Amino acid sequence: MAISNQSEKAGNSTETPEILEGYNFAYLDDQTKRMIRRAILKAVAIPGYQVPFGSREMPLPFGWGTGGIQITASIIGKDDILKVIDQGADDTTNAINIRNFFGKTAGIETTEKTTEATVIQTRHRIPENPLSAKQILVYQVPIPEPLRWLEQRESETRKMHALAEYGVMHVGLYENIAHFGRVTTSYNYPVQVNDRYIMSPSPIPKFDNPKMDKMPALQLFGAGREKRIYAVPPFTKVKSLDFEDHPFAIESWEESCALCGSSNSFLDEVIIDDEGSRMFVCSDSNFCREETEKIKDGPVTSSGETL
Amino acid sequence: MTSNKETPLLRVTELSHYYGDQVGCEEINLEVYNGEILGIVGESGSGKTTLLKIISGLLPPTQGTIEFDKRIEGPSDIYQMSEPERRLLMRTDWGIIYQNPKDGLRMNVSAGANVGERLMAVGARNYSYIRAESNDWLNKVEMDLGRIDHFPKTFSGGMLQRLQIARNLITKPRLVFMDEPTSGLDVSVQARLLDLVRGLVNQLGISCVIVSHDLGVMRLLSHRLMVMKSGKVVEQGLTDQVLDDPQAPYTQLLVSSILPI
Repeated sequence: MAISNQSEKAGNSTETPEILEGYNFAYLDDQTKRMIRRAILKAVAIPGYQVPFGSREMPLPFGWGTGGIQITASIIGKDDILKVIDQGADDTTNAINIRNFFGKTAGIETTEKTTEATVIQTRHRIPENPLSAKQILVYQVPIPEPLRWLEQRESETRKMHALAEYGVMHVGLYENIAHFGRVTTSYNYPVQVNDRYIMSPSPIPKFDNPKMDKMPALQLFGAGREKRIYAVPPFTKVKSLDFEDHPFAIESWEESCALCGSSNSFLDEVIIDDEGSRMFVCSDSNFCREETEKIKDGPVTSSGETL
Repeated sequence: MTSNKETPLLRVTELSHYYGDQVGCEEINLEVYNGEILGIVGESGSGKTTLLKIISGLLPPTQGTIEFDKRIEGPSDIYQMSEPERRLLMRTDWGIIYQNPKDGLRMNVSAGANVGERLMAVGARNYSYIRAESNDWLNKVEMDLGRIDHFPKTFSGGMLQRLQIARNLITKPRLVFMDEPTSGLDVSVQARLLDLVRGLVNQLGISCVIVSHDLGVMRLLSHRLMVMKSGKVVEQGLTDQVLDDPQAPYTQLLVSSILPI
């Protein structure tokens, strides 16, 4: 996946594809954008609350990021610089296609650099570089309802949200500890936003959960198939659920990244041959490249020269 | 055992419920006092379950009031209070034990989580404490502690009912509603379960409303008995009195149709 391209690409802005004629700016019509922006405003006003919206048919299947794309299309302007990541990587099919989609329909500049981007659409990761107040992070969400696992009825889950009846969320954590001795939920780890709504942070690893807390950037979540939008405004408290005697903890690795040597980023395990040899590399391809370049410029270290 | 000066825990006045033209139950008056077990018997379709649903907060009645003696506020109409209040009451001061354990349990989580859920719902956030309480209650309902992490689908009918009882009693409710708690169980399991229920209820001083068509169950458990037919109460009084000396023709029929062994 991320490994082969990293060394070749310079990491500058990717070339903008030709703009397609006949489409409205960023594909969606203005009425739809207005409707989505209204939903976004409501979502920002009530942190963590799932706002229903009239999700549109998009030129890609539900489940591939239609929610995120619709939000991006509604908030993006001509001056924005877009970055799209899929599991942290800029160069996977989903990320490339969504980036090209907006390049073609909006003619905006796209980038792979986290620090350059003003809008970052993400599938299942938060970039390693800290985000600033000038940026907006758009998540693609498959299942927005954190209570769904224990309560199938939508009417009931809405009532539970309204009355803040969240005791049942801990049943899931209890089950984990009872069966495995620790909380094994490793992604989509439920959080409480602003001491009120329980929210599903989309399937990001729980490694990323602490980054959501008091993040300077605006975080928007779109679920296209489930027709829900929710948000975490900048500098809002986001707390991961836990027990007093089993506090929330993030993953850690014994290895460092085989490419850049980073020991504090989220690592993917990659099988590299038929013998089962494996290596650990950063899942955030942009971060990994920048770290690698630092090593090249600075003093040579033993790590990071495996490839 | 009950004095009329005492405030009843539950008081139902002039309760009627109609499903369109169909009578669910009509002109029901009843009172349940602290520590008392009220039995409701009647044939299928006599309105027992409708009545139980209404007084347990699951179905708003067509007319009539249901007052519950809350710990602080005193008697309050359960359908006049706000929904959050009623739901809080349902998961703290009340327990509901269903005929079919699948309605009252979460079948996809372990026994311990089922028992501990109510504690978590009222704010317990300490795993060891929840675990210890679950253990304690499984012990009280005479379940094998080795099965605390097993899923309810691996349990027998009797064990499921025990689990349901433990799950409801863990928050020490003051009033427990039981809908046919022992039907569908074989007689020996039934007897042990009844013993258990009677013991726990006595020990904890819980009030109960039990609906059943089984007069044997009623004889064993309930202090007072209400006989229903076609949505109306035909007779009520002390259990032994009603069963030994039935006055209403329907009760006489009911008592005489128990199969002798």
